[in-house]
Amino acid sequence: METIQLLGDEAIARGAIDSGIHAAYGYPGTPSTEIMEHIMETAPKGVTASWCSNEKTAYEAALGSSFAGVRSIVTMKCVGLNVAADPFMNSSVVKIGGGLVVAVADDPGMHSSQNEQDSRFFADFGKIPCLEPADQQEAYDMVREAFDLSERFHVPVMVRVVTRLAHARAGIVARPPRERNVPKKCDSPRDWILMPMNAKRRWHALLSIQGELLAASEESASNRLEKGDCRIGVVTTGLARAYYDENAPDLPAKPARLHIGSYPVPEGKLRALASMVDSILVIEEGSPFVERRLRGILPQSIPILGKLSGALPPEGELNPENVRAALGLPALKLIEAKTLPPPSRPPQLCQGCPHADTYTALNLALAGYEEPVVMSDIGCYTLGALPPYDAIESCVDMGASIGMARGIADAGLGPSVAVIGDSTFYHSGMTPLVDAVSSKANITLVILDNGAVAMTGCQETILPGGALRAVVEGLGVDPAHVRVIEPLPKNLEANAAVFREEVAYGGLSVVIAVRECLESARRGRKS
Amino acid sequence: MKYDIVLAGVGGQGGLSVSVVIARAAMAAGLRVKQSEVHGMSQRGGEVLAHLRLGEAEPASPIIPMGAASLILAFEPLEALRYLKWLSPTGTVAASITPIRNIASYPDIGTVLADIRGLPNSILVDAESIGREAGNVRAANIALVGAVSALLPIAPEFLETAIREVFAAKGEKTVALNLRAFSEGRKVRATGR
Ligand code: SF4
Repeated sequence: METIQLLGDEAIARGAIDSGIHAAYGYPGTPSTEIMEHIMETAPKGVTASWCSNEKTAYEAALGSSFAGVRSIVTMKCVGLNVAADPFMNSSVVKIGGGLVVAVADDPGMHSSQNEQDSRFFADFGKIPCLEPADQQEAYDMVREAFDLSERFHVPVMVRVVTRLAHARAGIVARPPRERNVPKKCDSPRDWILMPMNAKRRWHALLSIQGELLAASEESASNRLEKGDCRIGVVTTGLARAYYDENAPDLPAKPARLHIGSYPVPEGKLRALASMVDSILVIEEGSPFVERRLRGILPQSIPILGKLSGALPPEGELNPENVRAALGLPALKLIEAKTLPPPSRPPQLCQGCPHADTYTALNLALAGYEEPVVMSDIGCYTLGALPPYDAIESCVDMGASIGMARGIADAGLGPSVAVIGDSTFYHSGMTPLVDAVSSKANITLVILDNGAVAMTGCQETILPGGALRAVVEGLGVDPAHVRVIEPLPKNLEANAAVFREEVAYGGLSVVIAVRECLESARRGRKS
Repeated sequence: MKYDIVLAGVGGQGGLSVSVVIARAAMAAGLRVKQSEVHGMSQRGGEVLAHLRLGEAEPASPIIPMGAASLILAFEPLEALRYLKWLSPTGTVAASITPIRNIASYPDIGTVLADIRGLPNSILVDAESIGREAGNVRAANIALVGAVSALLPIAPEFLETAIREVFAAKGEKTVALNLRAFSEGRKVRATGR
């Protein structure tokens, strides 16, 4: 078959399609977004591919597919799995029917995430297998393998990638696709009713297959042990292999090596490696997950080097340079040039972005207050934290602005304002708004309705623009204090006046700023 | 044979399509290709960086090791200086001379260009003018590809075919003006313009 050049994310998508999925669900988030986009663009008729309100609802839709006996994939970024943690942790307790694969893209180096969390801990926490590709071909193959494992062991299976794999293109060769399952209702709903008597039985079942999961991992061709010709051992996991392979030709002798692409951690193979060598260097992208297991607490028989020992940096990404240094190789020669140090060029809101007009008006309205507090959220509008706006003071997790603003008002500070995008509001903003309604919180919520999930490439918001007033009023906000503005330079004074009135009101108010994202408008015209 | 290219620009310049053109041409010429792209937050008018690795064997790392790049292709002059650590001591910097001054601290452009000229191997190209003369200033990127085409391990015919394919969806006019920009760009190196 022909070689096709795909992003790691696209290889996952293709793998899922060729595994015979009925459905794909997810929420956009860098670096995972292109998985769903590729499924949407290329899946054959009859495959549902759908963005959802958030990762939790996406995961639950995928659980429904599994209950119905059909295969599905659910996609998200690292921190998205926190949102889906509840269904995720319980999905390993139910008896999975149709294969369920959860594809998570971690972001070591924090290119566009709030932390460097490593999803392998989640897979371990949920006691399910995790496959970690090292290149685009493996991303494709492992998704197919993950569906097999899921249906064989009746558990969800995680496929974990990292930014540099998700967003790098290389050639893959696809294999003939599998048939889809015929939808069929689960014949033992008891295995899905997790009330204590069933849950205990299912929990026991999950624990009792752990030995089989380990055995499958030990036998997996993804976990390869190679003899070396010296007494040094190297463990690579996932993408770390690429950085090792880049440097390996320069090594004076070939170390013994175990590459891990399949979890649970293959303990037997690690012991076998240890028996061949006098020291082990562990190279893994993300947290020192394997290294920590290897080191434990008590002294080892041989030195174990890695991120915990300081051989590799504990934070940030791996790269060809730090892996090279950890292997004891001298750095490549760099060019010697005396040039000016280029000032950095931080990302900015697009020229004419509606958020800019909203922030300018909000700043104007708050200028008279001694200590206004403006909480915010995650999206393009987070750039309002930077000059020239300096308009917001937080960005923690999806939807956090509203609850935090309420806490700040309860503490007696203010005026307390929350700024959230439309998509973030649908993702995780409605429940804290209900809290604010019930507690009669003295906050002003600003919802930026630009009709798009702009930051991740202008996916459509889950409900079309203009629906927010009804939603907000339906949640119980007094209609007299739900105001809609159009953020344009010519409306600056009028919009600032609206903000002034609502901030001065002293109760819960919502200002919805409606204007389409420029980038989304541009793309709309194009297609 | 290995040939590593750092592509540097500013969000919105369309640098990723250049990566696609060169990658396609390289594959047609029988080379293996690995491309790394920057997506997400960094695209909003910030620094945009792509790594393009060509080789007879598939390159292992998705990112180019520091000191290994044969070429830095910069669509904006200041960006040419940002990634010099990736350049091999024998590598070349090719840069467009037109600054994008979307930051207050943008340094003196004369100094930026002099610094580039001072590098062991550099090519400065008035890519914008070539693009404009070819029919659209956005063809500047392809003009720059033309200017470095003699350095690439790919015959120009493959690049021309790739330009045709990549811009086909945008219509025959866009294809034609990009091909014009490419061939005008190729003259730059010969004449040292
Ligand atoms: S993409 Fe849209 S929302 Fe984001 S900065 Fe540009 S105009 Fe604003």
